[in-house]
Amino acid sequence: MAAIPDYDAVMTEGNPDGMPHVSASSAAREAGQRLEMRRVGEDCLLLVLSGRWCLDQLLPTREAVEPALRQGVRRLTFDAVALGAWDTGLLTFLAGVLKVCKALDVEVDQGGLPEGIRRLLAMAFAVPEQKVAGRREKEGNLLERVGTAALEMFRGAPAMLRFLGEITLSFLRLLGGRARFRISDMWLEVEQVGPRALPIVSVISFLVGLILAYLGADQLRLVGAQIFIADLVAIGMVREVGALMTGIIIAGRTGAAFAAQLGTMQVNEEIDAFRTLGFSPVDFLVLPRMLALMLMVPLLTLYSGFVGMLAGLLVSVFIFDISLFEYYNETLRALELKHFWVGLSKGTVYGAMVAFAGCLRGMQCGRSAEAVGEAATSAVVTGILLITIAASVMTIVYYQLEI
Amino acid sequence: MEAVPHIEVRGLSMAYGEFVVQRDLAFKVNQGDIFVIMGGNGCGKTTLMRALTGLQRPACGTVLYGGEDFWNAEQEDQERLQRRLGIMFQGGALWSSLTLAENVALPLAEYADLSPARVAEIVSFKLALVGLAGFEDFYPSELSGGMKKRASLARAMALDPEILIIDEPSSGLDPLTARRLDDLILELRDSLGATIVVISHDLASILAIGSDSIYLDADTHTMIATGNPRQALQSGDPKVRHFLTRGTA
Repeated sequence: MAAIPDYDAVMTEGNPDGMPHVSASSAAREAGQRLEMRRVGEDCLLLVLSGRWCLDQLLPTREAVEPALRQGVRRLTFDAVALGAWDTGLLTFLAGVLKVCKALDVEVDQGGLPEGIRRLLAMAFAVPEQKVAGRREKEGNLLERVGTAALEMFRGAPAMLRFLGEITLSFLRLLGGRARFRISDMWLEVEQVGPRALPIVSVISFLVGLILAYLGADQLRLVGAQIFIADLVAIGMVREVGALMTGIIIAGRTGAAFAAQLGTMQVNEEIDAFRTLGFSPVDFLVLPRMLALMLMVPLLTLYSGFVGMLAGLLVSVFIFDISLFEYYNETLRALELKHFWVGLSKGTVYGAMVAFAGCLRGMQCGRSAEAVGEAATSAVVTGILLITIAASVMTIVYYQLEI
Repeated sequence: MEAVPHIEVRGLSMAYGEFVVQRDLAFKVNQGDIFVIMGGNGCGKTTLMRALTGLQRPACGTVLYGGEDFWNAEQEDQERLQRRLGIMFQGGALWSSLTLAENVALPLAEYADLSPARVAEIVSFKLALVGLAGFEDFYPSELSGGMKKRASLARAMALDPEILIIDEPSSGLDPLTARRLDDLILELRDSLGATIVVISHDLASILAIGSDSIYLDADTHTMIATGNPRQALQSGDPKVRHFLTRGTA
């Protein structure tokens, strides 16, 4: 459409930042966008678009046009005869202008725009913006989010108890010989949890034993009783530290793996497939994993204790000049059978905690790849939290019982 | 035709929290039908499938199998009714840690007194039915999309179900593979006399195999009974014709 040479009222140009634009030689027209607003007649505004309108330039926004539209304009037309290259930059600007026009009830005549632009705009506005239910609400301020997270945590408790109940029922079925799972699944997990975890358990137990020995040496030197390093390392590793270290290693190694495995099965509807066939997913998936961990973590704990004692022995003999024989005798004197029972019981409980956390988070997993990652992370956090709580409770109870 | 429909849905509404996906669904599926549940993306097809198969309790209403109320039954009865269904999930949902043979054999554990040799025979036969003879020892991750779907169908048929529920048989398959799967479904209906519920938005497939159908409307959140899809294409509800002609009518 032709511009009617009836210039009056408003006449602005360039972008809102007032960047100077070059005059209208054709090369310069390609270089920079140019927006002109002309008032045509009584209540009509003409937007003249020229030059290159691309995202890599500083383009005007709808706010540049809004004041002009507010001055009693009833109709908006366009002139794009001198428009050069354009891309999404121009389209978003125009879409913004159209929205302003709609809000201000201004009639828009898109006749002056190139065919392609008109069609794209028509497509963008073809389906009205939908208020879709179930969309995640915007996150509020810090306080609100902390509150929501706290409430979520308490809401998670019944789900945990429910899962605990399902596992208990499943164990009862196992005792009654009615639990359906493949025993080979359990041995597979046993291999994953046991032999394959030996290297990492060895390294960490050795270093922790070494730390305990140094810690003891420093303190016991004050009373001239460095020989008691043996007691400290032996009892410390066998009773507490071995189980704790093993539990935490297994939480990171195996708990996360359980959550990821079950989470992926949830995403693939494999768990639904179990349900519809009348198999209990808890029997089939959780039980073998739980049994594997409750079997292997105590054994690893035992192993961890021995590696720790070995480290204490080496430190004592080579650094603190305690004879091999003295250290050996002192260790034997310190270690009673009850310490092993304490360590083994803790290992079993920690193993159960890790399996519980891993399987719980896996079964609760949402139906996307992202959710699997979250489940794995959450399994480790929950696992370590449960281990620590169990460790505290058991230590207090054993102390009170004088075991 | 039986007096009692094989599957009957009464006043079924499904919701996620406050958001109602579909309301007031009511339809009957007769013995030997290939009943198509069609509709666009996000209209609640899969949610309906989950309500039919006992995976997700509907907000209200119920499903009857051969006149027996599923959702108001005791858990044991629910499990018994579920065993009459064979379900093929959208992505196949084969158990990834098991081989194809183990996947098909697992449902057979129901019959504990079958000898391993007999089980292996049954498994090979079911896999041969879907054209996967010789793939017994493959893991699902080693198969193509079409083979996974067929294997999944073999597993769904393991217990000779009276009702097969198939979620999106042809999504993600090339036209020829999808066509072969359709033929397989028709063949199963004819030879086994099974009732088949197919959830689909694949037009070619809907028109080729459907004998009765409903359309789930995402705008009004309820269903339109459409009868035979081929007749619906000629003279059905305008919305359904719009869907069946990809928007040209």
